[in-house]
Amino acid sequence: MSPLDRIANVSILKQHEVDKLYKVETRPAPSASDQFCFLVRPRIRTMRYIADIVNADKMSGRSRKYKIIFSPQKFYACEMVLEEEGVFGDVTCDEWSFYLLPLDEDIISMELPEFFRDYFLEGDHRWINSVARALQLLNSLYGPFGRAYGIGRCAKMSYELWRDLEEESEGDGQGRKPEIGSIFLMDRDTDYVTALCSQVVYEGLVDDTFRIKCGSVDFGPDVTSSDKSIKVLLNAQDKVFSQIRNEHFSSVFGFLSQKSRNLQAQYDRRRGMDIKQMKNFVSQELKGLKQEHRLLSLHIGACESIMKKKTKQDFQEMIKAEHSLLEGFDIRESTSFIEEHIDRQVSPIESLRLMCLLSITENGLVPKDYRSLKTQYLQSYGPEHLLTFHNLKRIGLLTEQAAGETLTAVESRVSKLVTDRAAGKITDAFNSLARKSNFRAISKKLGLIPRLDGEYDLKMPRDMAYVFSGAYVPLSCKIIEQVLERRGWQGLEEVLRLLNGHEFSVSDSTAEDGAAAEAQRVVLAVFLGGCTFSEIAALRFLGKERGCKFIFLTTAITNSARVMEAMSEARA
Amino acid sequence: MSREAQPWHPPGVGAGFELYTMGWNLKEDLRDCMVAAAPYGGPIALLKNHARKEKSPGARPLLEIYSASGLLLASIPWKSGQLVQLGWTASEDLLCIQEDGTVLIYNLFCEFKRHFSMGNEVLQNHVLEAKVFHSEFGTGVAILTGSHRFSLATNIEDLKLRRMPEVPGLQKPPSCWAVLSQDRVTIVLLAVGQDLYLLDNTSCSVVTPPGLSPSAGAYVQMAVSFTHRCLALLTDTGYIWMGLASLKEKLCEFHCSIRSPPKQMVWCMRPRSRQRAVVVAWDRQLLVAGSSSEGIQFVLDEDSYLVPELDGVRILSRSSHEFLQEIPEASQEIFKIASMAPGALLLEAQKEYEKESQKADEYLREIKEQKLLPEAVSQCIEAAGHEHEPDTQKALLRAASFGKCFLDKFPPESFVRMCQDLRVLNAIRDYQIGIPLTFTQYKRLTIEVLLDRLVLRRLYPLAIRMCEYLRLSEIQGVSRILAHWACYKVQQKDKSDEEVAQAINHKLGDTPGISYSEIAARAYDCGRTELAIKLLEYEPRSGEQVPLLLKMKRSKLALSKAIESGDTDLVYTVVLHLKNELNRGTFFMTLQNQPVALSLYRQRIEGRVGALQNALDEFYKAKNEFAAKATEEQIKLLRLQRHLQEDFDKPYLDLSLHDTVSNLILDGHHKRAEQLYREFKIPDKRYWWLKISALANRGDWEEMEKFSKSKKSPIGYLPFVEIAVKHHNRYEAKKYAPRVPPEQRVRAFVLVGDLDQAADAAIEHKNETEMNFVLSKCSASTDAAVAEKLNRARAQLLKK
Repeated sequence: MSPLDRIANVSILKQHEVDKLYKVETRPAPSASDQFCFLVRPRIRTMRYIADIVNADKMSGRSRKYKIIFSPQKFYACEMVLEEEGVFGDVTCDEWSFYLLPLDEDIISMELPEFFRDYFLEGDHRWINSVARALQLLNSLYGPFGRAYGIGRCAKMSYELWRDLEEESEGDGQGRKPEIGSIFLMDRDTDYVTALCSQVVYEGLVDDTFRIKCGSVDFGPDVTSSDKSIKVLLNAQDKVFSQIRNEHFSSVFGFLSQKSRNLQAQYDRRRGMDIKQMKNFVSQELKGLKQEHRLLSLHIGACESIMKKKTKQDFQEMIKAEHSLLEGFDIRESTSFIEEHIDRQVSPIESLRLMCLLSITENGLVPKDYRSLKTQYLQSYGPEHLLTFHNLKRIGLLTEQAAGETLTAVESRVSKLVTDRAAGKITDAFNSLARKSNFRAISKKLGLIPRLDGEYDLKMPRDMAYVFSGAYVPLSCKIIEQVLERRGWQGLEEVLRLLNGHEFSVSDSTAEDGAAAEAQRVVLAVFLGGCTFSEIAALRFLGKERGCKFIFLTTAITNSARVMEAMSEARA
Repeated sequence: MSREAQPWHPPGVGAGFELYTMGWNLKEDLRDCMVAAAPYGGPIALLKNHARKEKSPGARPLLEIYSASGLLLASIPWKSGQLVQLGWTASEDLLCIQEDGTVLIYNLFCEFKRHFSMGNEVLQNHVLEAKVFHSEFGTGVAILTGSHRFSLATNIEDLKLRRMPEVPGLQKPPSCWAVLSQDRVTIVLLAVGQDLYLLDNTSCSVVTPPGLSPSAGAYVQMAVSFTHRCLALLTDTGYIWMGLASLKEKLCEFHCSIRSPPKQMVWCMRPRSRQRAVVVAWDRQLLVAGSSSEGIQFVLDEDSYLVPELDGVRILSRSSHEFLQEIPEASQEIFKIASMAPGALLLEAQKEYEKESQKADEYLREIKEQKLLPEAVSQCIEAAGHEHEPDTQKALLRAASFGKCFLDKFPPESFVRMCQDLRVLNAIRDYQIGIPLTFTQYKRLTIEVLLDRLVLRRLYPLAIRMCEYLRLSEIQGVSRILAHWACYKVQQKDKSDEEVAQAINHKLGDTPGISYSEIAARAYDCGRTELAIKLLEYEPRSGEQVPLLLKMKRSKLALSKAIESGDTDLVYTVVLHLKNELNRGTFFMTLQNQPVALSLYRQRIEGRVGALQNALDEFYKAKNEFAAKATEEQIKLLRLQRHLQEDFDKPYLDLSLHDTVSNLILDGHHKRAEQLYREFKIPDKRYWWLKISALANRGDWEEMEKFSKSKKSPIGYLPFVEIAVKHHNRYEAKKYAPRVPPEQRVRAFVLVGDLDQAADAAIEHKNETEMNFVLSKCSASTDAAVAEKLNRARAQLLKK
């Protein structure tokens, strides 16, 4: 499902006399319509594609009307390309300022999966403006935010740009009663580890296995146990799903079977009914029960399918390897596990993910491993991944350990000094190269690896670590927890140094005083570069524990595979 | 002609009062000057000495512009060609129409703005007469040429010249003519002797006004009303026809006794009034002619000039500036002698009240008995608006306010608004400002236009004061005016850049709606680039900064500003601009220091995927040892793949090394595979994994067995078991199970389904977990014996 489907599906478009829909790709669309409408992101490549279509039509002496709708905004550069290609006069342009798509009661997505690569890899700042505008929109809808926290360069820039916009427009939201107490902006590069872990809460697993697109998933024949696939919207409206989405996978099956027994019991009540009760039952309950039944069987099907894939030896070994990477022991063993993974061509994306996880938890790979793993990978999956490795190095996901560890301390001190804006820009590209994850030290400081005394009860979780089977508290969520608890960054200086800084904390006392107690408990968590369902589940859990409500604004829902694919240069 | 001197006339006739005593110390007679006064109390332009017949160089014509109160705004000696006509545009620019058809446009301060020409035909035949007229399209110019043809431009802002059709048989200039605007079409009406012609775009037709007296005679003068609705025609018999400009209806006629041709004739009426009158001026006489048979005559002491207005006529002379108008109804009602109108009574009541006389109560009662108090209040408010004297205004407003006290629900808005409007009007009518607007004109003009006019006159403080007083929104009001002020400020060349920039920032600060870039653009236009750059520093929106910086050729500054803004589009804009402007070397050097721009440029120009081969070359140059080696290998592999493709006639190109070897094995080319394994130093582990899975895929179990015995497996033998089981070949799998090392053997036996052996192995290891694992695989029906054996062993183990 695409964002467009969520807003105006095919039948609505057909009602408005849209003849046929095509995807903008390299092949031209073979249509006989005399009007084309392109709904596109402002990208040069897309402009070339459109220009090719127009020029091809011109060559064959065919006249059509062309309209380009840019979302969320038109770029001058796009018009330049159209002009260069000589089609500027043939097309008309429009803008669709689409910024927010609510996926669920507490998740708002900007549906910008390209944000991650554009900003963190290409250093392209084009979407910062969109983020600022999205914040402005939220602000105008829900009133001013009392407190704003953030970490990361992009978070800071977005926040500042938003403030500028707000000042310029004299704020429509000023008079509004604040409905959101605080806002927390976070760059994805603050915490790559969490994004790279295999997900084990149900919603995350469904995403990893079947890919949730725009809040909806395609369950294939192996799930539906019929010969066709079914599209299912996954959100709080789905009564079965809403109860299991945040659960650890190990407790889902038990829940589902309990649920099905309950359902059966409800059906069974029919037996003793007289006519009148029966009538009531049929008219009021039966429909709901049937609906629930249908959903239940779908989710059981999904579980079975996941089980089939995941209960194999491989998966468990992989989780084991992941956990030892997070905890930092048996590194040698994990490394050879990864090597075998590559050698056996299990999955290019998975192998890459494990390599990155190894690098980022270990502050880079030992030179020998760095070379050998890369060589193995190239032999398995082709030389084009040389570029993938280049990307990963630039973004800091797969790096080589520096000669002396002392260098790191100096570097982070230097980058701490160079905080003023202009100078920061220049060192931008340089920075990501030199960037160290310092994961181990941060983990120790924040206690991300829970100390185990006895079995971790996944059914009755005691902290956010449950989303990773009790082995690891997601770093991103831990930072949010700590900052909200301390109402600022005091006492986290050491962590900040390790994280490379760029934090901020601003409070707007007027908005804070004006906010109702209830509104103060609402926290808007903004993830720049995407967030995972595991993080969402962890923060939902935190919210329940602390009596506050998290709302998520993310540039897109992401997971380890998406992060890796964004970096991969494999030929399609 | 002040109110005191002038007895009250019956309704329908005008009354005049003095606006200003003119302060212009005019030495010449008005009749010797070319005069043009802008409507809505606008400025007056005078051209002195224009009729210089004798060519004495000392007596250059002098162009002077005065405010309506006679204050000199500016003057310049006229150096261009012979002028035929002066006129004002709707935006108070002065149009100077020359004999050769060139029209020069000056602003209020005699600063030249631009010029345009009325076309070749006019240039050749010269301008005989010209008129400046206003229509819904804007300000237009009509010209009568020496060849008795008309040329028109309906809007000088959007110049489209129209040459009107010829009037048949026209040998001499028409006695009078006028420009009419009807149904969005501009036409010319002209009189030749006793005939009246109408010229539209395509044709010329003879028309006769309805109800025209047969003995009317030849036309000598015509006048179109301010709103283009009415037309008046004067003939040489002293007959005046007044009717609609469409010539479809006669309104009234008038016979006057003076036969000599008048100097000017203009309409004097107020909008929506049924009283219509024209004012005719001779050298020393003024006649107001309306529907009644007798007109009113005034004697003029001096040479005068009439300026038609929306609701009356302004009369200019050397010493005074007067306004003649029909008295508004509300004023008539109140000020008529012995008027019993509610407003008049209320005014009276208030006066008595101030004298502390009980008569106040009587008057008030009288109004209240008729239940007319609301009307009385409204009347007083309305009349106050039409008054020119602050004292009378105050008296009337006081009366209104007094009356309001006795009313429960009289909405206060009209009173409040009138007070505000009057304050504004009194302020601009001040002698120093000199814009004598009436209330009616002010409402038609709107406050926004009035503010524009104040800005045009550079009366910034007054304009700002007014915005603040009327609480206009900042963006519409104060900010806009400050911006204009700043634009004016940057033109002051006597101050240093630093001073000007600071002064502007000091005054403007962060006022919303201020565009520093606009001011900077103006500074740049005046040639002050440095000042422009300084001003741009204050511009918060980079989107506005950058284009101007580019225009000023400060591309590097523009680039860093664009990058600072975080706006990709802006960066693109600058990069593209730079590319066109700089040579290639400088271009790349500039980008070198700006990684953001560089990466954007790369994205745009090259496209990443296609450049794989180039990228490999670059790795060589970059001395990236690892990548260089990978490149070498890849080139070697590509060569080999080409050979393979030729030898086996199968696609090998673009496969990874792993896939190449795997494919070779799949196709049974074991020797070739071995060769690659050695040549590329494929690690043993990989090779074994690769080979057994390929062999299993091929189903070549024989080869697999041979391979397993070739040497000791670096990956152990469990993978052999696993892969055979995966391909559902338990028979083959069983062959390898015994070779699996002891610690994995239980798992291997379970995999091949030999629970008995698995149990034995587990028991042998004395490992409880393994025993449990095997037990969990046992089914009650078939494996009872095994289960029993295990249970026994486990029990024994636990006993110990």
